[in-house]
Amino acid sequence: MSIPEATPETKVVKDATCTFCGCVCDDIDLTVEGTHIVDAKRACVLGNSWFLNHEVDDRPSCHVDGQPADLEVGIERAARILVDANYPLIYGLSDTTSESQRVVVGIADWIGGIVDTTTSVCHGPSGMAFQGVGEVTCSLGEVRNRADMVMFWGSNPAESHPRHFTKYSLMPKGMFLPNGRKDRTCVIVDVRKTKSAKAADIFVQIKPRRDFEGLWTLRALAQGIELDPETVEQDTGVPIATWQDLMDRMKAAKFGVIFFGMGLTMTRGKHANSEALLALTRDMNRHTRFTCKPNRGHGNVTGADNVVAWRTGYPFGVNLTRGYPRFNPGEYTASDVLARGEADAAMIIASDPMANFSQPARTHLASIPYIAFDPKETPTTRSAAVAFTVATYGINVPGTVYRMDDVPIPLRPAFESPHPSDFEILSRIKRRVRELQAGPVRVV
Amino acid sequence: MSDTFILIPGRTSKQGCGISEGKYGENYQSEVNTLQVSPSDMERLALSDGDRVRLKGEHGEIDVAIKAAKKGELPSGMLFIAYGDMSSRLMGGDTHGSGMPTSKGLDVELTVLK
Ligand code: SF4
Repeated sequence: MSIPEATPETKVVKDATCTFCGCVCDDIDLTVEGTHIVDAKRACVLGNSWFLNHEVDDRPSCHVDGQPADLEVGIERAARILVDANYPLIYGLSDTTSESQRVVVGIADWIGGIVDTTTSVCHGPSGMAFQGVGEVTCSLGEVRNRADMVMFWGSNPAESHPRHFTKYSLMPKGMFLPNGRKDRTCVIVDVRKTKSAKAADIFVQIKPRRDFEGLWTLRALAQGIELDPETVEQDTGVPIATWQDLMDRMKAAKFGVIFFGMGLTMTRGKHANSEALLALTRDMNRHTRFTCKPNRGHGNVTGADNVVAWRTGYPFGVNLTRGYPRFNPGEYTASDVLARGEADAAMIIASDPMANFSQPARTHLASIPYIAFDPKETPTTRSAAVAFTVATYGINVPGTVYRMDDVPIPLRPAFESPHPSDFEILSRIKRRVRELQAGPVRVV
Repeated sequence: MSDTFILIPGRTSKQGCGISEGKYGENYQSEVNTLQVSPSDMERLALSDGDRVRLKGEHGEIDVAIKAAKKGELPSGMLFIAYGDMSSRLMGGDTHGSGMPTSKGLDVELTVLK
C-alpha cells in the first residue's frame, strides 16, 4: 500500500512509534485525517487495532465519585487522598511515558508509599531472577544480525508480538545471516501448540508446570551429565533424545538467543523457572555465544523497570514508607498489598487491576479511595474515587519509551488530544502534594 | 459429574485487538468469556460449541461458554482461555513471595451445565 499524497486534511506522520507491545516498532507511517488515523503502514494486526481504533473519548477529562468534575477539583481530591493515606500504593505505569513514570516515583517518595508496576504480574519473577543469576543479554539488533539459533520458551509472539519474527528475530537478513530465515533455526518450547509453534523448525511440547525440570535437563546435558531417560521423560513429557538433540544444536550454534515469556513466570516455580533459564544461558557460554531476553508485553513496561530502578535502585515493588527504598516481592508488590488488605489508598496509572487482579485484591481495591488514569473507560476507572481520562501516549503525547531490549525510543504523536496528558496531571498532583505537606503558609 | 483439567490462560490476538477496540466491546467480551477445549475432549464429553460449563478451581469458580480449539493446538486434558476477568477470578491472592499470583497451569474441575 502506498502512502496517499498529503493534502491539507490528510497528514502523514512518518516513523511513528507503536506502543502496543514491547517490540515498540518505530517505523510506522500513519495517515491521519483530523483526529482519525486511517492507515498505519507496516503495523501488525495489534498495531493496526491500536492506531485505527483510536478515538478521542468524549467523556469528561475528570470524574470524582463517578460524576463529571473540573480537573482542578479532581487534582485537589487526588492530592488529599494521597497525603491523608497511611499506606498508599501507586501501581501500573507500563503504558505511559518514562517522563510520567519519573514524576510518579517522585510522588511515591514524597508521600512515603509503595511504587509497583505491572512488571510484578508479568516478568517480576524474572526481575528477581536477574538479581540472583544475572542476565546474559543483547539487543534486538544483535539478534537480527547474528542469531542463528532462536528459541522461544513459554512465549507466543505470533499472537502477543506479531512483528517479533519479521522485524527482529526470524525473517530478517542480518549482517551475518545473509539468507535470513534459512540461516536460522527456530525452536519453540511450550505446553500447547501455539500459533508461534507453526513457525518453528523444532517444537518441543513440554508437560504443563514442568519448565523447571526441562531447563535443568538441558543444564545437565550442557555439562555432559548422564541422566536416566525414563525419569527425564516422566518429568518433562519429552524423550531425552529430543533434549539431547536440542542441546547439540544449541552448542553448535554461533549465536543463540532464548526469548522467554509468561509461560515461565506465571506458572508454578515462577522466579525459579526464570532463574533456571538464565543459568542455562550462562552455562551455554562455555560452549558458544548464548543470550536471553524476556519478551515484554506492554509498550513501556521496560521503561517502568528502568525508571523505577534508576530512581530507587530497585525495578518494581519498592516501599518508600521509611524514607528510603526497600524491595521485597511478595511483601511490597501490588497484588499482595491489596489481597492482604493493607493499602488504604491507591493511584493506578494506565493499568486495569479491577479486571486483572485476584478477587481478594479487587475486593480490597474497591473498598479504598483510589485515583485512576486511563485514556479509555475500564473496570478500574469505573470504581475510582477520581478518574482522569487522559491523552494516549504515542498517539497524542510525545515522550520516551523503552523497547523490550532496554533501548529508549522517542514517540512521534499523530495529533493532539483535548484531554490532558497524565504527565501534566501527575505533575500538578505532585505540586499540590508538596503544598499540602508544607502546610498553610504562616505570615509572621 | 466433573472432570479434572489444567487451565492455561494466555494472550490471543483477538483479545489484544479487543483491548484497543474497548474492553466493553463485543470482540473483547466474547474472547475473554470463551473457553477453548480440545476437539478430543469435546467429543469425549459430548460437547458442542456454545455449550456452557462451570470451572471450579482452588480459589473460585466461573461459568463460561466453550468452543473447540483448533485441531492440534491443545492436548487432551488441557483448557485455554484468553486473559481477562474470567481467568483472573480463578487466581488466588497469595503470590508465594513472588508478587505474581499463579495464573497459568491451574487445576480446575469442569462440570457441564445443562
Ligand atoms: S509488533 Fe507490537 S509494536 Fe510492532 S506494530 Fe505490532 S503491536 Fe505494534
